[in-house]
Amino acid sequence: MASTEAMSPIVEIRNVTKAYRRGGQIVPVLTDITLDIHAGEFTALMGPSGSGKSTLLNLIAGIDRPDAGELRVDGLDVTALGETELADWRASHIGFIFQFYNLMPVLTAFENVELPLMLTPLSRAERRERVELTLAMVGLTDRQEHYPSELSGGQQQRVAIARAIVSDPTLIMADEPTGDLDRVSAGDVLGFMRRLNDEVGKTIIMVTHDAQAAKMARRILHLEKGVLTNGER
Amino acid sequence: MVIPIAYVARNLWTRRLTTALTAGGLALVVFVFATVLMLDAGLKRTLVTTGERDNVIVIRKGAENEIQSGISRDQARIIEMHPAVATGADGQRMASKETVVLISLLRRGDEKPSNVVIRGTSETGLGLRPQVKLTGGRTFTPGTSEIIVGSSIASRFDNTAIGDHLDFAQRSWTVVGTFDAGGSGFDSEVWGDVEQLMQSFRRTSYSSMVARLADPGLYESFKADIDADPRLANEMKREQLFYSDQSRALSTFINVLGLTLSIIFSIGAMIGAMITMYASVANRVGEIGTLRALGFKRRAVLGAFLLEALLLALAGGVAGLLPASLMQFASFSTVNFQTFADLSFRFILTPGIIVKTMLFAVAMGLIGGFLPAVRAARLNIVDALRAI
Ligand SMILES: Nc1ncnc2c1ncn2[C@@H]1O[C@H](COP(=O)(O)OP(=O)(O)OP(=O)(O)O)[C@@H](O)[C@H]1O
Ligand SMILES: [Mg+2]
Repeated sequence: MASTEAMSPIVEIRNVTKAYRRGGQIVPVLTDITLDIHAGEFTALMGPSGSGKSTLLNLIAGIDRPDAGELRVDGLDVTALGETELADWRASHIGFIFQFYNLMPVLTAFENVELPLMLTPLSRAERRERVELTLAMVGLTDRQEHYPSELSGGQQQRVAIARAIVSDPTLIMADEPTGDLDRVSAGDVLGFMRRLNDEVGKTIIMVTHDAQAAKMARRILHLEKGVLTNGER
Repeated sequence: MVIPIAYVARNLWTRRLTTALTAGGLALVVFVFATVLMLDAGLKRTLVTTGERDNVIVIRKGAENEIQSGISRDQARIIEMHPAVATGADGQRMASKETVVLISLLRRGDEKPSNVVIRGTSETGLGLRPQVKLTGGRTFTPGTSEIIVGSSIASRFDNTAIGDHLDFAQRSWTVVGTFDAGGSGFDSEVWGDVEQLMQSFRRTSYSSMVARLADPGLYESFKADIDADPRLANEMKREQLFYSDQSRALSTFINVLGLTLSIIFSIGAMIGAMITMYASVANRVGEIGTLRALGFKRRAVLGAFLLEALLLALAGGVAGLLPASLMQFASFSTVNFQTFADLSFRFILTPGIIVKTMLFAVAMGLIGGFLPAVRAARLNIVDALRAI
């Protein structure tokens, strides 16, 4: 992937700062973060609990806003977008994978995966085709009509992965995707994410506590008390 | 761009006990609301169908009903001869001079007597009311103490079967027939020969006069002539309007009481819907955060929860209307506020009432669901996702 190095980065973070206010006190969470992520990279973000990993992920994903600094994704200044523009932007650019899968319990696997496509102009038939294809990729063709409660944790996370990739987003954001899975299921999920990166060239940013999981990534970043400790690029 | 309806509907189904209880609360209010409107519609229908389209009724000026009214024999003769009154096939004027008196009769299984209208009429009077049909026996013979009774009198009062005798006005009257007046007010009346009744009640003047117009267009001029004639102290009204006017006081009473009750109950039902919807939002904070993260907008979330409240309300509306529609098969009686006579009528469900009731249910749902839906829409995405 030497060619990607030459291109401008897909995520550009410059001197980003974020603090939360808690009981009149300001708690700094991220301090002066500067970071580039290139298209096609698989990045693991590690660090102790409370170091600000999720917060950084949320900023890049456009569900939270920095207090200061610049944040560009695919050349676009995300911080300048209004609330509804940002929602549209997320729908087309970001795929989320959560620790607890966050599937809608009343929707079937098929319907959960179809959800992001509801935000696109695709027809019903086109949506069906895309959903079936994506569920086949994660090996759940025979579980389409199952509800999340009828699936194992690993299967649920594969449904969630299918939901994250079905609309072909620019970035896949995974916050501890294996945090709630046993070794075998975790291996499955990580293997799949790796293939997604290898074979389809998806850019993935993954928060993890697990060194084993981090090994799957091509690049590991360490966050400590809101500061990136390895200036590694 | 909207959250799928399946998501909304299945969430209601998942919490079906809560949904059923909340919808049940709404249904109760809907039931009260609908039956009040049905009662009012039934009352109006009964009194409007009491009148015939081309019939006019003449009463004493200022009288609100036939009981209060009086027309002397001379006045009656003048009015009867007016050219606007139609002439029948037999050459007779199509006008019926009538006397209307209240008598007390015992309702079946009741200790207290109720007021019943007894109407002295004639062959012509029967002819002027085509909705009145004999269902048993025969009609009264003029010049005798024979009477016929309306269907709701026959079904609810003692001694009203054919062959029975009713004692009033110092005479014993023989029931010789029963009639059905198509659900109109006449069903709650007893009819006999006008001259016989006037004799025994010692009356010298009639109560009212009903006439068929020779041409419907003659109404205005006929009315003007009666107003202008110095020998007359009478006024004329269209029969339908006259009887429907009689329901006004009762109708107002029913509406005010019923709608007041509905509004008070609806506050309870709306609070119930609100509590249910707040719980629904609280249980799904994480899901809301996820939907928003996926790119669904605040207004999509607002829409989804309003739709949920709407579906809840529709369920309540249907659940309330079903038992209300069964009320149509029941018949009730009340006291006509204008005449204090017993009046029997039905609950009637019209398409207009269905629409009004469903709108009322939907309004309750939307008002109750509004604040919870706003709360759902205002959730912060990061906070909502941390709630999991
Ligand atoms: N909405 C918020 N309000 C107040 N404080 C917050 C908020 N979100 C995060 N924080 C605080 O910011 C800090 C970083 O949180 P963050 O969730 O980013 O940590 P993390 O590295 O993902 O931790 P973990 O590994 O436990 O998930 C924590 O101290 C947290 O309590
Ligand atoms: Mg975290």
